[in-house]
Amino acid sequence: MSLGPYASFIVTSYLLVAAVVLILIIWIAIDYRRQKQTLHELEAGGVARRSGRSATDIT
Amino acid sequence: MTLIDLANPTRFLSLTARLLPWLAAATAILLLIGLYQSAMAPDDYQQGATVKIMFIHVPNAWLSMFVWGVMSLAALGTLVWRHPLADVAAKAAAPIGAAFTFLALVTGSLWGRPMWGTYWEWDARLTSVLILFLMYLGLIALWRAVEDPSRAARAAAILTLVGAINLPIIKFSVDWWNTLHQPASVMRIGGPSLDRAFLIPLLVMAVAFSLLFVTLHLAAMRNEILRRRVRALQMMQVAQSSQRPA
Repeated sequence: MSLGPYASFIVTSYLLVAAVVLILIIWIAIDYRRQKQTLHELEAGGVARRSGRSATDIT
Repeated sequence: MTLIDLANPTRFLSLTARLLPWLAAATAILLLIGLYQSAMAPDDYQQGATVKIMFIHVPNAWLSMFVWGVMSLAALGTLVWRHPLADVAAKAAAPIGAAFTFLALVTGSLWGRPMWGTYWEWDARLTSVLILFLMYLGLIALWRAVEDPSRAARAAAILTLVGAINLPIIKFSVDWWNTLHQPASVMRIGGPSLDRAFLIPLLVMAVAFSLLFVTLHLAAMRNEILRRRVRALQMMQVAQSSQRPA
């Protein structure tokens, strides 16, 4: 597969899309861990929801 | 489970936990197929190999508008039906939509330089998409600036609906004005004008990126629900500590 004289434009485009998608995935994963960690800390500190259910309970 | 059950955030989280692994796997498989087909697609007789940029530029451009459309429906959910997940959906979609719009602008620019001889032209299509990107950033800033979530939700919903006026302007800008950007070649009256060798990889990549959006959006909505629970518990913590005798 030859990309011709404009290979740098094509490769840069694909790499940029890959980088931004990866950043989005990592950011969302880190945010999820951070929210769950904070909820666990709050519940461990004795703060509970009015329903009495765990804030991280999703079943 | 009926659709109305999803109005309950806990049920929504439960469904999301079951769906996300399957959606992520389907997205990854379709992206791999799409990338393979894009790599194997022939060169265009005019554009040469740069036509390969189309397979990532066009799905990002479509999604930049589609995500705002989703946010507009969510805005109606916030203002009209006061659906508990409507603002969560809109807020979670905004950064993802901004990322797709950024990628549409930059990949378009990288495609434009070899084909048009310039990275940027202030024509109707490019300018209206840049305005869409700025509106995404404005909305994200608004949600961050207003501390009360219900006030932020209403203000953001109104801004989103006002911004939706830009969607038909983007879509028809190439028909209404003389622009450097080519007219529609897939979603047009009379059917796609693209050859199957380009159309099939493009559609596979479009479905793959749409699935990517759904996956990221559900995950971001789950995060937003948990963030609101954190806020609620922190407020309860402050209320409990202020009630304790000194």
